[in-house]
Parts: sequence; C-alpha cells; structure tokens
Amino acid sequence: MKIRIKFAKEGVMKFVGHLDVMRYFQKAIRRAQLPIAYSEGFSPHMLLSFASPLGVGITSTGEYFDMVLTESMATKEIVERLNQTMVEGMRVISARHVPDGKASKAMSLVSGADYLVRFREGTAPDWDYPEKIAEFSNLPEIMVLRKTKRSEKMTDIRPWIYKLEAAKDGISMQLSAGSVSNLKPELVMEAFFSWMGAELPPYALLIHREEVYADIGEEGSLHLVPLEELGEEVE
Amino acid sequence: MRKLALSDEILLQVEQPARYIGNEVNSVMKEKSKIDIRFAFCFPDVYEIGMSHLGIQILYGMFNKRENIWCERVYSPWPDLDRILRDQKIPLFALESQDPIHEFDFLGFTLQYEMCYTNVLQVLDLSGIPLRSESRTEEDPIVIGGGPCAYNPEPIAPFFDLFYIGEGETVYDRLFDVYLENKKTGGTRRDFLLKACQIPGIYVPEFYEATYREDGTLSSFLPVVPQAPKRIEKQVVMDMTNATYPEAPVVPFIKATQDRVVLEIQRGCIRGCRFCQAGMLYRPTRERDVERLKELADCMMKSTGHDEISLSSLSSSDYRQLPELVNHLIDYCQTHGVNISLPSLRIDAFSLDVMSKVQDIKKSSLTFAPEAGTQRMRDVINKGLTEEVILDGAGKAFEGGWNKVKLYFMLGLPTETEEDIRGISHLAEKIARRYYEIPKDQRNGKCQITVSTSFFIPKPFTPFQWAPMNKGHQFLEKASLLKSQIRSELNQKSIRYMYHEADVSVLEGFLARGDRRAADVIQRAYEKGAMFDAWSEYFKKNAWMEAFAQTGVDLDFYTTRERELSELLPWDFIHIGVSRRFLEREWEQAKKETVTPNCRVRCQGCGANEYQGGVCYEDQN
Repeated sequence: MKIRIKFAKEGVMKFVGHLDVMRYFQKAIRRAQLPIAYSEGFSPHMLLSFASPLGVGITSTGEYFDMVLTESMATKEIVERLNQTMVEGMRVISARHVPDGKASKAMSLVSGADYLVRFREGTAPDWDYPEKIAEFSNLPEIMVLRKTKRSEKMTDIRPWIYKLEAAKDGISMQLSAGSVSNLKPELVMEAFFSWMGAELPPYALLIHREEVYADIGEEGSLHLVPLEELGEEVE
Repeated sequence: MRKLALSDEILLQVEQPARYIGNEVNSVMKEKSKIDIRFAFCFPDVYEIGMSHLGIQILYGMFNKRENIWCERVYSPWPDLDRILRDQKIPLFALESQDPIHEFDFLGFTLQYEMCYTNVLQVLDLSGIPLRSESRTEEDPIVIGGGPCAYNPEPIAPFFDLFYIGEGETVYDRLFDVYLENKKTGGTRRDFLLKACQIPGIYVPEFYEATYREDGTLSSFLPVVPQAPKRIEKQVVMDMTNATYPEAPVVPFIKATQDRVVLEIQRGCIRGCRFCQAGMLYRPTRERDVERLKELADCMMKSTGHDEISLSSLSSSDYRQLPELVNHLIDYCQTHGVNISLPSLRIDAFSLDVMSKVQDIKKSSLTFAPEAGTQRMRDVINKGLTEEVILDGAGKAFEGGWNKVKLYFMLGLPTETEEDIRGISHLAEKIARRYYEIPKDQRNGKCQITVSTSFFIPKPFTPFQWAPMNKGHQFLEKASLLKSQIRSELNQKSIRYMYHEADVSVLEGFLARGDRRAADVIQRAYEKGAMFDAWSEYFKKNAWMEAFAQTGVDLDFYTTRERELSELLPWDFIHIGVSRRFLEREWEQAKKETVTPNCRVRCQGCGANEYQGGVCYEDQN
C-alpha cells in the first residue's frame, strides 16, 4: 500500500540538505519498524520517493514523500510511530493512503507551492513593501535573467506567479513548482527589489514553504490541491 | 527550539552546515542546572571523520549514563569556518548545548593518528584555551588526551594537563569522583592534578622531568613530585562482554565516513606483526561473547535505523565464533533490508562463501595485505602469510567470479633490499597469471589488481621501535623502482600502482617517536598555518620545514637514526603489559628472519598474561 507522508522541517533542521533528509527518513522508518517495501538486488533500497526538494536554509510545514508498505496499517499509527523517533525540528503532520492510479504519481504532478517570505531582523527595506508588492504583482510581465546550467536568458516569470501579496509579517506567494517550471521565491524577491531599484541584501530572507500542490485541473485550467488531499486516512 | 552558536548567515556560507548544529538522533541533551561536570569530547578532525569513531561513541554513552555528567562533542571546524571563527572572534562551541568550550570542566581529545596534532592546537586556540598547560588558569577546562597516540604522549605533553593511558572504560569514573571531591573542598587545578596522578593510568606531564645527554638522547625521565608514580600502567578492560557499549550511538545527518552500526567483536590481535602498534597496545586479545554481540547488533540496528552493519576488530578471522555470528547476521540482514560489511577477513573458503552471500561479486574487490613482497621480508615483519596462501585464496576467488584484487604493501621496512621491492611486483604478476589460467569463457573479462604501498613508519611499543626510518627521497626512489618493475611485467596492463606521499610519512615518523622537544616544532608549525595535515590538500610542508629550522630540532635524529637497545626511550615510562624484553627479543628475531608463532599456537611470553585473561587464559577455566 502506498502511503503519502506530509512533514515539517523547522528550526535547525533547515541546515540539513535534501539528500540527507532522505537518508534521515530511511533511518527513521527503520527505527519506527514500519513494514517498508524494498527493491530487489544486492543492495536493496526502500521504495520511497520525495516530492520537490527544499533548499538548505528554508523551513517548511508542507514537505512530502511517498512510501510503499508491504502490509496495511492505520495511518494514525504510522504518524505516531514516526513521530516517536523524530528529532527536534522534524515532525510528521499526516499520513494518507494513496490509491493506485493518477493520484499515486503525484510526485511527478507537483505543480505549485506556497511560501511565506520574511525579512531577517534588520534587513527589511525602509520603503513600504506591502504596498509596493501589490503594485508589483499587478505587472503584466516580469522579465528576469534566469541562469540555467547551459545558458542565461531573459524570461517572463509572471505566468508562474499564481499569488503574491503582503502577509502578516512578510510576503506570501504561490508559485509554480515541479519539473516543468520551478520558480524559486528568492528569484521573485530579487525581481521585486530590482524593480524597486533597490538591492536585496545577502542572507536577508527567511523563507518558509507552507504547502506543495498537485494540479488536477482539466486541460490547461489550473486547479491546485495539496498533495495530501489526494490520499485518505485509513483506520 | 535550541539556539545555535552560529548565525544563519555564517551557516549558509560554510560547506556542510549540518556539521555544526548537533541535534542528531541519539545525541544527549541535559538540563544544565542539574549537571556537576561538563565534558567536551573532541576528535580533532572534521565531523564526518570524527563521527565515524567508535571510541567516542563508547565513552559518550558511558559518561552520559551518569546523571550529573553531560558529555558533549566537538570536532575540528573545517578551514572555511575556522577562518570565520577567527575573524569574528566567535569561540568554539560544543554541538549539543552550543555553549563555548572554555566554559566546560574538561576538554578530552581522542588521539587516533599523529597527523591530527596541529588540529588539537586549532581546537584549543579557537576555544580560547592557552595552548600550553603551564599557562592555563583555574578558569580553563582540564585538557585530557587519550587513544593510541597517547602511548607516546611526549611530543604533545606540554599541551595537555593529563593523559589517560589505555582503554577508557576503566578509571574515568574515579577521575570524575576525584574532580568533584576536589571542587567541593575548594581545591585548585594543581590539587586536582596531584590527586589525579595517583589514579592508575593517569599521566600528568608537568609532574615529570626529562633530562638529555649531550648526544641528544634521553638520560632520565622521572617524577618531580612524590605523588606521581614512576611507571604509568595501561588500563585494560578484561570483561569485554559486560563492558559498556553504545547501544544507541549518535546518528549523523550527513554521511559520515563510517555510516553504519559498528560491532566490535574483539579487542587485540593474536598475530604479532612486528610493525603493528595496535597489535601490541591492545594485548591481550579479548573476545566478546557471541550472544552479547547478537543482542547488541539487534539493539543498535533498532536504535539507529542504519542500513549497514560492520564488524570491527584487528583481525576478524581470528574471532573464534565468527561463523556463528556471521550466519546469524546474514539471516537478520536478509529479513531487514540491511547490508553487512566484513573488513579484515582472511581470504579463505569460509570468507569467500560469506562474501558471495553479502556482496555483489562483480562490483566488489578482495583485499590482501601481504605487507611485503618476498617471503624473507614477510618473515622479518612476522606476517605469517605465504605466497601459496595468497595465490590459493586469489585462485579460489577468481574461480568464484571475482576479478578485482587489492594488495597492500609497505616500502622501507627494516633490512629491505631491492629484491624485496621487486618481489611486490612479482607477486602481483603471479596473481594476474593465476587469473588468466582460467579459461577465457569462464572468466569475467580482464582482472584488475591494485597494488598500494605505504611507507613504513616505526612506532613506539613495537619490535621496530629501534629501527631506522627511510628518508623521504629514499621512499620515493623505492616507489619509482617498484613502478618501473611493475611496468615491465607481462601482465602490467592488469596492474595498477598507487603510493602514499612521502613527506607526510616522514613527519608522522617524527611525531610518533618524538620526545618533549617535538612540541615546539608542532606549535611553531601550527602558528605558521599547519592544520589538517592528514589532508593532502591542506598539508603545508613549508610550515613544518620552517618550524624545524627555527626551533633547531633535527628531524633525522628522530626518524632515520637506529636506536641502541640500551637507549632510554621517551615512552619507556609507560607499561603496556608487553615487556620491553619481549620487544627486544622480537627485534633480534626479526633481524634473524625468524618467525614467531601467534598467541594461539604458542605463548611467547610477551607479558600480557599479567592481565589474567583473554587469549592467554583461553580454554583454561
């Protein structure tokens, strides 16, 4: 049975990179003695797949991975067993059974993410950024220089910004994510500052990912749902 | 949430920030206000290396079992962070509490190799602790050294307040009790050291004085206070089965060099190779009960979630219940998706059978350590491995489907001739021929034989402790002789040759057999930027050469000089159970090319039977 885990990565754990988080969960699953399925061969590996990787330095309350169990288990128990073996800063939020079929491939369907971006103490701009961000988000086009491994080119990132607004003590944004067009919140902030004619100070941003979404919209119409909603709790 | 010693900005600038955050699974947090002794345990190298060390895990678990002690860890900050700490004057901190090291009661270093000595100074320096014991005040932590290099503590003696000689499991509790008692009665640092030096195994360098003859050799080495004993007794754990073991070792987030459960099956080695320091230091050989090992394996797998388990010992094949243990582990691992790694196994029918079950033959390679190229040379070093055994083992392996072999040798061994060096090449060639004897349709392409040589470094407490060491250029000449010999072999295309750097080996030879005067060189080299000397990309030969020149210490005196048997050696005041007489006899036997049988064949009377156990008393209860 395929189980989707939603977890939080906070506090000092933001300094642990994506590959190490994967290794961390492999070990946690063994400590929790979950009936995990393995591949065949001399060095069998767990059947685990992680959704969109999170950069070092970013916290999150909306991370996901899928795992295959060899026997069925109450999702509540999975959450409890994993949480008994977590370190401070790591927390399993939910476990959902994902039926086979389209929903089970959600990792490749990742198409959006919510972020809350705040300024580190003393780095917030002296201009009225909540007002300015509203103006910025109304621009019809936002051209930025995007660097890829092969080239640098000017790209319009506006279509990939689904939402952009001031929030309680920062800026909240919903951006395109996944393999097709992955937009990083840092890039949006850089574009915002450069539009303001200002420079974003280094290490100024505190970025928190709040949710990762799949797109279940039909033919070009966007309909984002949190990955966990593609699964259901099992008693 | 815990607060870190370093700001986000710093952590996002350095490589592998997870080295500095603590918080790992099974790391121990305690309430500071309930703690009487704060102990910072340091492995003076980068986190990934330090976290792979079993010894710290053992003592970390043991110390933290005591409610009033909080043992934390600290490792050498990598050069990127080192620079930031110096520039911004941030004191070095322990991983768990993130508190500065200079606030601790103790700072303990495990000394696993000589090339970490400048990193000891780095850690002291970054912690704001004076490098020399004599300059420390009541406010500074007590600086302790232990581990294999502490058996010749003299080159680093001035940097330590005390050394713990031997295995950590025995007298640390007493040391802590003495410390608490002294604290309660308002005693000073010196009062504590005076009491500590009376505990067996504790060596306090400042209570001893060395005098030298005109020719530079040691003339006397004696205590200068009545409390300090003349001879320091090595500490040994005789009951391995009931000795403390880390049932829940700390699990790093980032990939450590040894990222697996380590099961120490025995301590010591029965073989008696004459170059091997560990083989003498850890006598007598003591096995851990197989049932206890099974229990520990299960317990540690569950507490860590590691996906691999490794057996640890100097010579696993000599563990008498190996088949039972290995078969048990294979069953366990196959049902739990866990891998087994079996280092230091002799290649024979049993080990090949086991390895074919746990490894992918096509990918894995077999390792032999003949250490020398000719039988004569192997007799000198007492390596009881014959050419016949090697060829037979390799042949069986080739027939079993392996085609990769690694061979380890040393260059520069005592009495070595050109013939011995060429012999290394001949042996590799014979192994290649053995492979190509297999019909083409039954073998797996070409074979790959990798010959690696290191340079022989005489170590204290071995029969070769009196032996001269080669100079750097001699090492390189020997390596190039071997290289050209290999290139002239018929099957040279199947043989790869790799050798260690010579400069670092020479320096290691100096640090291994140095005396107190070596400390000035180490400190000077450190002040000139030497650090992470074990890392070839950071090794600064010039810093060391200038340090020798400026301190007037003669490198050759310590490395290339053959010592007389009558010479007082800097480490002679330490008693490891193995007698000096035995080592002298072995040195003579080596020169006569006479082999000494292993402990199980016949007792050679090395003296380690004074500990009343282990291999010396096997089958005698």
